[in-house]
Amino acid sequence: MKMRDVAIVSFAQTHHERATRELNEVEMLMPILSEALAGAGIGKDRVDFVCSGSSDYLAGQPFSFVVTLDAFGPWPPISESHVDMDGAWAVYEAWVKMQLGKVDVALIYAYGKSSPGDIRRVLSRQLDPYYLGPLWVDSVALAALQARAGLDAGAFSVEDMARVAAASRHNAMSNPYAQLSGEVDVADLLAEADFVAPLHKHDCAPVTDGAAVVVLAAGGAARELCDRPAWIRGIDHRIEPHALGARDLTTSVSTRLAAEHAGLGAKPVDVAELHAPFTHQELILRRALGLDEDVSVNPSGGALCANPVMAAGLIRMGEAARRISSGKADRAVAHATSGPCLQQNLLCVLEGD
Amino acid sequence: MTDISLPERLRGAEPVRSIRTFARLEYAYTPGRAASRFLNQVTNKRLVGQRCPVCEKVYVPPRGSCPTDGVPTEDEVELGQSGTIVSFCVVNVPFMANLMEIPYVGALIQLDGADIPIMHLIQEVPYDQVHMGMRVEAVWLPDDEIGPTLESIVHFRPNGEPDAPYESYKDNA
Ligand SMILES: [Zn+2]
Repeated sequence: MKMRDVAIVSFAQTHHERATRELNEVEMLMPILSEALAGAGIGKDRVDFVCSGSSDYLAGQPFSFVVTLDAFGPWPPISESHVDMDGAWAVYEAWVKMQLGKVDVALIYAYGKSSPGDIRRVLSRQLDPYYLGPLWVDSVALAALQARAGLDAGAFSVEDMARVAAASRHNAMSNPYAQLSGEVDVADLLAEADFVAPLHKHDCAPVTDGAAVVVLAAGGAARELCDRPAWIRGIDHRIEPHALGARDLTTSVSTRLAAEHAGLGAKPVDVAELHAPFTHQELILRRALGLDEDVSVNPSGGALCANPVMAAGLIRMGEAARRISSGKADRAVAHATSGPCLQQNLLCVLEGD
Repeated sequence: MTDISLPERLRGAEPVRSIRTFARLEYAYTPGRAASRFLNQVTNKRLVGQRCPVCEKVYVPPRGSCPTDGVPTEDEVELGQSGTIVSFCVVNVPFMANLMEIPYVGALIQLDGADIPIMHLIQEVPYDQVHMGMRVEAVWLPDDEIGPTLESIVHFRPNGEPDAPYESYKDNA
């Protein structure tokens, strides 16, 4: 089957912060929906399909994702869908729909306010309801188990992990949307107390409220709406078993497989935006993807500098696309993850022409 | 599917047919700017909606955006304390335990000056006399009990005006 060319043509994100206490989700999204449409030079009448990614568990309100559609304006009725996943998977759904030929322009948004609840407990609700769910194992504790497994296997060291934190915050200094940034010294980071051993605070992404919007366009529409579209040359996602004991947590088989199927290895990439909410996860991902030393990894600072849950993966796609559209990169890979300890992974290869 | 063969000592065991795992999560709800302004005005016994700058519809309670146009609704409009019943139902099931004597009437009320209705209780009138187009007014709690919630309005009751013409509420009927 001849695949239809689809590109990211516009991207907008919020200024991420610990808590947007005044704004509800609709109010948080509206300005960046306008910004993303303006970036493509279109009104909402040009959008054939809207797909969003969010989780009602964050807001603690059933069907809050339906309410949030008011930010786009769903009346008269629009063609719309939603995934209870990071917005990167909403891109995947839209991309599949665009392959069927009826949709030329799609708008994808994702948002997450972690501030209303206790995000570590909230994320424990994605565990199986029989064995792990009742134990309320939280997301940081599970990541710490994974880090311990990697350290004991010799896959990386605590110094490697601290270097990831320092590099991310350094990179984020050029990202006005980041929540954390600055020059930090690896030795200073390592001198800090353990948080959830072996993780230090700097190994963990901050708790963030934020949102992002991406506009996708197919073929001629993409060329019309963007001087240099970021073409999706490959996109694939893979998942590992729910039972943590059934997985090797020190590697990421699903990332490696998704990268193979997305065609990552065909040519080198200039930029990799990796969705790693923990420092050791970036190290696992780099190895699974076999990235060369000269690849610019997370020039935005990555999820370690702003982690709006459900939007942080979509932001990786937007950040990678932005670098292609601006001419800074010719080929990039964006990665998104979901579930505990990198359970599910999506890879998207983007190219300029 | 093949049967699972259990160890000898479990063969007589009763199968587990269900488990209960309790979950409790606490949230601090953020109403947002639009709803905060509305609720703060309720404490002054005022009902304030917001007008869409594009289609000019007035929304109450405001959520800060127009669902038709997807634009912010920042123009505030004070609404009347009276409105028109655009739809109603007679409740014969005691959902609210003993709080409400059944049957009682829940109604959609289009406040004067608004383009969409709010939902509230109709009291001080026999349930079988409630009808579309009936004019009703808000009955507030005593001043010292009023807070930033629509529960500050105890219920709506007929205000004695003649029925509103169908034309005035047909978009919501
Ligand atoms: Zn409007």
